[in-house]
Amino acid sequence: MYRSHVLVCGGTGCTSSNSQKIIETMEAEIKAKGLENEVQVIRTGCFGLCALGPIMIVYPEGCFYSEVKVEDVPEIVEEHLLKGRMVKRLLYTETVTPTEIKGLNDTNFYKTQHRVALKNCGVINPEDINEYIAYDGYQALAKCLTELTPEQVIQIVKDSGLRGRGGGGFPTGLKWSFTAANKADQKYVVCNADEGDPGAFMDRSVLEGDPHCIIEAMAICGYATGATEGYVYVRAEYPIAVARLQIAINQAKELGLLGKNIFGSGFDFDLHIKLGAGAFVCGEETALMTSIEGNRGEPRPRPPYPAVKGLFGKPTTENNVETFANIPPIIRKGADWFASMGTEKSKGTKVFALGGKIKNTGLVEVPMGTTLRDVIYEIGGGIPGGKAFKAAQTGGPSGGCIPASLMDTPIDYDNLTAIGCMMGSGGLIVMDEDNCMVDIAKFFLDFTVDESCGKCTPCRVGTKRLLEMLDKITEGKATLEDLDKLEELCHYIKDNSLCGLGQTAPNPVLATLKFFRDEYVAHVVDKKCPAGVCKSLLSFSIEADKCKGCTLCAKKCPVGAISGKVKEAHTIDTTKCIKCGVCMDSCRFNAIIKK
Amino acid sequence: MKSLEELMALRDAAKLNMTTRDGSTEATRIVVGMATCGIAAGARPVMNKFVEEITKRNIQHVTVAQTGCIGMCQYEPIAEVMVPGKDKVTYVQLTEEKVAKIIVDHIVNGKPVAEYTIGAIKE
Repeated sequence: MYRSHVLVCGGTGCTSSNSQKIIETMEAEIKAKGLENEVQVIRTGCFGLCALGPIMIVYPEGCFYSEVKVEDVPEIVEEHLLKGRMVKRLLYTETVTPTEIKGLNDTNFYKTQHRVALKNCGVINPEDINEYIAYDGYQALAKCLTELTPEQVIQIVKDSGLRGRGGGGFPTGLKWSFTAANKADQKYVVCNADEGDPGAFMDRSVLEGDPHCIIEAMAICGYATGATEGYVYVRAEYPIAVARLQIAINQAKELGLLGKNIFGSGFDFDLHIKLGAGAFVCGEETALMTSIEGNRGEPRPRPPYPAVKGLFGKPTTENNVETFANIPPIIRKGADWFASMGTEKSKGTKVFALGGKIKNTGLVEVPMGTTLRDVIYEIGGGIPGGKAFKAAQTGGPSGGCIPASLMDTPIDYDNLTAIGCMMGSGGLIVMDEDNCMVDIAKFFLDFTVDESCGKCTPCRVGTKRLLEMLDKITEGKATLEDLDKLEELCHYIKDNSLCGLGQTAPNPVLATLKFFRDEYVAHVVDKKCPAGVCKSLLSFSIEADKCKGCTLCAKKCPVGAISGKVKEAHTIDTTKCIKCGVCMDSCRFNAIIKK
Repeated sequence: MKSLEELMALRDAAKLNMTTRDGSTEATRIVVGMATCGIAAGARPVMNKFVEEITKRNIQHVTVAQTGCIGMCQYEPIAEVMVPGKDKVTYVQLTEEKVAKIIVDHIVNGKPVAEYTIGAIKE
């Protein structure tokens, strides 16, 4: 036993802000002080509060150091680990009160969260199977193999009300029962870790922070559906996740938790990792399977559904990472426990990746039915700079936006669908008054145009034409008639595309048109961008009475568009101006105005 | 892995080290004074002895933490044992031998070792 554990976040977020170097320095300092047999340094997965990274937690005190730098490490070792005095200046400010040091779970960010899928993330060492087992790991698999029949396992998953967390929200137990019902010499389990939505990173974090729970869940799924082989399809852009998953698979094989005759039950299960090249369409289940088979990642028509004819033509169950992460706790704690959380038709919890104009960027898990307001203001800490909330984009390029007027809608699958949005994988991008909604729609469409695989015409050509129309609008060249055409084309693409990518690609356009039509009209009729984003509709000018003639803007302007004599009012040559805004940022007298 | 029993045995062995990270209020806390006075009086081997004994006996739900000067430097090394729901017990002038007895009597069997406590000195 080590008297003190130092947990340092080794998720992608904190790793990119140098947590690896912090760990190395920490270990060296601990050794220099002769504490290596007393203090253990553990590299964990994501804690969720990525905005404050790199994050470090020291136990047994449980004190939470945020934004730790390599230079701070010697002080932490000397003061805290050697002498037992916390380094107060590095503690997360919210945990420090005049009278006491609060625990992490009492902070606003964590106290209303309810962690099921992320339970072990930031808690255990993902590269040590013993730590997973210490927190009841692999007990669910043992219970299934030694006490339950496959039918009973499926029934528990059905009763729990778990629905697919990848976006579609299809009932997981039902999906499993379809595969189980089909007789075949070989069946497969596939884990979809091809997280493609810009702004979503919960699947990566689960794989990085708790890879064993996915292995356990896939083996359970294999037992329930009669599959003996599984594939995890994970994008190659997630090197940390891939490395930890591989370590976890090797450890599970060594202990006989994967392989032949697991728990003496006669059940065999083996797992492979398949790296994806990062194409968005490969997150679509049929395209993903085509890609695993070694072909170009293109979707195929359904039916036949994967439960009948999936990977290599065999019955296949495919679930998302977060869906699988919920399986072991459901088996261990029971369907009733899971069904007690959430709303009537959406049970359990959902992980959201908070991004965009929000203070606490990071990963949060809340019960289904929590309102957007709670997620953004209570947990997320609100919008920086006191700006007004405009909308939140859910479901990335396949989803839609929730405007401020619907902030109190309880978030679940059905409520989001009812307002024309989509749960999606759970990326939540927050936008404030400075975001132009037409520009946002254009951003997402630009993404789908790039990512359309090209197999079907409505998606390949349709999205391209949509993007051109949006370009026309943001350049102030469109007419009101174009808005109607835009909407018509959206519906055509939705109705005629082959797979989910095309069927959902127009959603960002439709949602912004529905809730922010006035912004579109402002671009078309007034030729103005109300948020001041669309460059073609902007012009910069200098207010002569405010300008002191300091020449700073003229020096900063990259294209030499500003002229004027020292101590006299300057002017901007709009024919040269590229509307970069540098002059406005540099002016100390607020003399430059953007219209 | 051939049986549930095998898994549970592995879990119990692994759980010991995780107690430090528990953060639960049910854990017994042993706090050792590790200020200059404590260290000079030999608090480090005392603290390490606590950890060693807990590990050796595989005692669950006990954490060992450091603290600063308690203010009675002449009685160092000092350790306080806080069992949830019980009064705090302050042990003074500790040695490794005393620690071994405290672990057996107090932590394992629930009987504080009266002669090592601060109360015994004052009398």
